[in-house]
Amino acid sequence: MTETGTETAERTALVELDGVSKYYGNIRALEDVSLVVHAGEISCVLGDNGAGKSTLIKIIAGLHRHDSGSLRIEGDETKLANPRDALDRGIATVYQDLAVVPLMPVWRNFFLGSEPTRGSGPFKRMDVDLMRRTTHAELLRMGIDLRDVDQPIGTLSGGERQCVAIARAVHFGAKVLVLDEPTAALGVKQSGVVLKYVAAARDAGLGVVLITHNPHHAYLVGNRFVLLKRGTMFGSYARDEITLDELTRQMAGGSELDDLRHELENPPS
Amino acid sequence: MIAASPETPPVMDERLLKTSPLRKLMGRPELGSVVGAVAVFLFFAVFADSFLRASSLATVLYASSTIGIMAVPVALLMIGGEFDLSAGVMVTTSALVSSMFSYQMTANVWVGVGVSLLVTLAIGVFNGVMLTRTDPPSFIITLGTFLMLTGMNLGFTKLISGTVSTKSISDMEGFSSAKDVFASTLTIGGVDFKITILWWLALVAVATWILLRTRVGNWIYAVGGGEDAARAVGVPVNKTKIGLYMGVAFGAWISGQHLLFSFDVVQSGEGVGNELIYIIAAVIGGCLITGGYGSAAGAAIGALIFGMTSKGIVFAEWNPDWFKFFLGAMLLLATLLNAWVRKRAEATK
Repeated sequence: MTETGTETAERTALVELDGVSKYYGNIRALEDVSLVVHAGEISCVLGDNGAGKSTLIKIIAGLHRHDSGSLRIEGDETKLANPRDALDRGIATVYQDLAVVPLMPVWRNFFLGSEPTRGSGPFKRMDVDLMRRTTHAELLRMGIDLRDVDQPIGTLSGGERQCVAIARAVHFGAKVLVLDEPTAALGVKQSGVVLKYVAAARDAGLGVVLITHNPHHAYLVGNRFVLLKRGTMFGSYARDEITLDELTRQMAGGSELDDLRHELENPPS
Repeated sequence: MIAASPETPPVMDERLLKTSPLRKLMGRPELGSVVGAVAVFLFFAVFADSFLRASSLATVLYASSTIGIMAVPVALLMIGGEFDLSAGVMVTTSALVSSMFSYQMTANVWVGVGVSLLVTLAIGVFNGVMLTRTDPPSFIITLGTFLMLTGMNLGFTKLISGTVSTKSISDMEGFSSAKDVFASTLTIGGVDFKITILWWLALVAVATWILLRTRVGNWIYAVGGGEDAARAVGVPVNKTKIGLYMGVAFGAWISGQHLLFSFDVVQSGEGVGNELIYIIAAVIGGCLITGGYGSAAGAAIGALIFGMTSKGIVFAEWNPDWFKFFLGAMLLLATLLNAWVRKRAEATK
């Protein structure tokens, strides 16, 4: 178990959101949300559907700009212009469903947007050999032995595709990894594979933002937990401040759940 | 680093079946078009007596090249997930601009050729920028451009020349050298080959190089196959699309100059309907209508099928009305094959 709390407080956070809000027209998507991500730690964002998790990701990933509050990256207050800007600052985001282009071969997907080249002028070309070998080697490191990196990535399983996307971010020197529900569509075993790899990324010194609605997955790896509900933050805990039971209870609706249980246990006669 | 790591012998996963060479071949986007081309070739070789003569084949290649020069950039655009309905009339626009500029300014025709290149590329940029800045599908945007160009071709030509065709520029300075580049005939072994065949092959080579070996090629596949994913990993989606429209414009420029320098005068109403022929050639060549999949070579073979069918029917001395029927049948077959390929590629998703 990693130590958290006091010793990390003095370090500069990789990413820090402070009272961030976002509105779409007259709709409040996110209000007054704060989140800290340190190197070598996993910050989990938990919430039900429509809680504002996606909006939060889009702000960190540079797809949307926040309307108020502050976003600090390694201490510098900033607004991200676009996803490229976020990537250049070391923030890599792995989306649940749009992480890859299904019809493209695995190796083309792995390097998409950051293809290595050789030669110059009109003969500047992708270093296809290097791309193929690197893809194979990087995937092998995380336990995926691809027979053929030329196969369309759409033919891989969901867990494997998540791992390719995570491996890609790690390979390109991301400092912060933002994972959007990486285990949402996966079975138990595949979720385990992905979580193991998330932990490996943490141990490699990356800061991780893990978005999920599964408190069990979050508690397995998380160092801090932020709970969202209807666009607002209704809880923020370090790991030693909360138990899995309490986290699960809060996620499931807290006192509402107690009422529900009460009702179910004592059917009106 | 990883680059230095020795190549480990691939360990076969027992869950994977061995891929037969046949199955690998079936995964190629060009497959359908190659099979189709061979079938069409054999068909006319049997039913049209003069089809196998060298001069007939040169004629077939010429017909194929005039379509292929446009089908190749149109295919790239389609792989990038977009259409260009203005491609057909853009060829005429390019020829008209070149001819009328030279004639009105009494300039060397090469000046007109240069101006035409700039104007045509500008139309491509217009298409691309309109598409990337606004929301409607490229179908609608380029339908608008198509109608506008059709009107402008006729309107400006009548306004300037007083008739629906341009004035002859064959006696103007630079005409013969421009004709050499865009519309000359090369005699090889007693057979006359049109220079457009070289343009066509060169375009196929360049397009294949771009698609398979450059970063831009990677981006083209990505913007067509998953625009949001591409944008999320930092691919310049808008620039890629604008570039693809400029590619189509460049093809239109070459075709337009060929049109001008082989016939000397340009009919301003030409080109309408050709945009569909380019798209059909690309689809027969294995490009997915929905983008993200296809090849330049496939589109070239699609154009070859067009050339063989249109000329083969003439050599067989049949009623040319049947041409359209053949085309429709081939398009349907190609589309069914493509749908099957895509299903297979995404089967285990």
